[in-house]
Amino acid sequence: MSPGILGKKIGMTQVFRPDGQVVPVTLLKAGPCVVVQRKTPVLDGYDAVQVGFLEYVKASRINKPQTGHLKKAGADGVRFQREFRLKAGDDDLKAGDRILADQFKPQDKVDVTGISKGRGFAGFVKRHHFRGGEGSHGSMFHRAPGSIGASSYPSRVFPGMKSAGHMGTDRVTVRNLEVVQVDPEDNVIMVKGAVPGPNGGYVVLRRAKR
Amino acid sequence: MNNALLTKVVEQNKREVPEFRPGDTIRVHVKIREGEKERLQAFEGTVIARKNSGLGETITVRKLSFGQGVERIFPVHAPVIDHIDVIRTGKARRAKLYYLRALRGKAARLKERV
Repeated sequence: MSPGILGKKIGMTQVFRPDGQVVPVTLLKAGPCVVVQRKTPVLDGYDAVQVGFLEYVKASRINKPQTGHLKKAGADGVRFQREFRLKAGDDDLKAGDRILADQFKPQDKVDVTGISKGRGFAGFVKRHHFRGGEGSHGSMFHRAPGSIGASSYPSRVFPGMKSAGHMGTDRVTVRNLEVVQVDPEDNVIMVKGAVPGPNGGYVVLRRAKR
Repeated sequence: MNNALLTKVVEQNKREVPEFRPGDTIRVHVKIREGEKERLQAFEGTVIARKNSGLGETITVRKLSFGQGVERIFPVHAPVIDHIDVIRTGKARRAKLYYLRALRGKAARLKERV
């Protein structure tokens, strides 16, 4: 059992369970992945595998040190790579080993990590779910923050006050998503529910922690 | 939906549906579970809207039941739908025939499509 796999978000759709229930699903192109490096407690101080997502990448897009590093594992066309810590019971993977989508079975639970969509400089309502004011009826308070504290005492705004600002492009993990279907032919994993990031964004699938 | 892998999944999960358009009269056979037994129930009426694409496609079917307009929305690709028969074609000049709700009797007829 591999501890996880890397993938790319394809898009969402819905499928029907045999009992007629509708399931919203996200399709993930998971693999083929390759083990780029095996990290061992003796050499590196911890037990992990460095995994790369295999896809078409122009050679000029990868810098020279990285090209050499990938060459050692015989991996060609890796742009996205991440490490997975190895626990007791995990496969002993060697550099050059392939990790494919068939490592996961329907009904498995996975945690999916991705980079959320960027929202730019977002206001209070979008960023912190402030309620805002009425749109009409003479209201002159629409999407403003309201009070951010008292006046002469303390004469300052407390640190950590929720405010407008940059939102999105954060690392987000969604836990315990159910694997609905696996297509080993195309390395497509179907997970129930939404996954952070835009279509085409890279994601990390790990076996659910709990 | 321009990704080949997404299209493939959608195609695999799609069910065979006869060709029909808004304005056509169809009979939808729905599977109904009664305890352990399963039977078919038919709902016949005019298609007044087809919404969404892919696996989430739905149709709105309208009929008159004892003078009372009844509309049901069916997910086209759901397994609860056994099959769909096209009874009669109807000529409609728009995609959504919501105007039929305001019409009764002779005014609510649609010409056959040739």
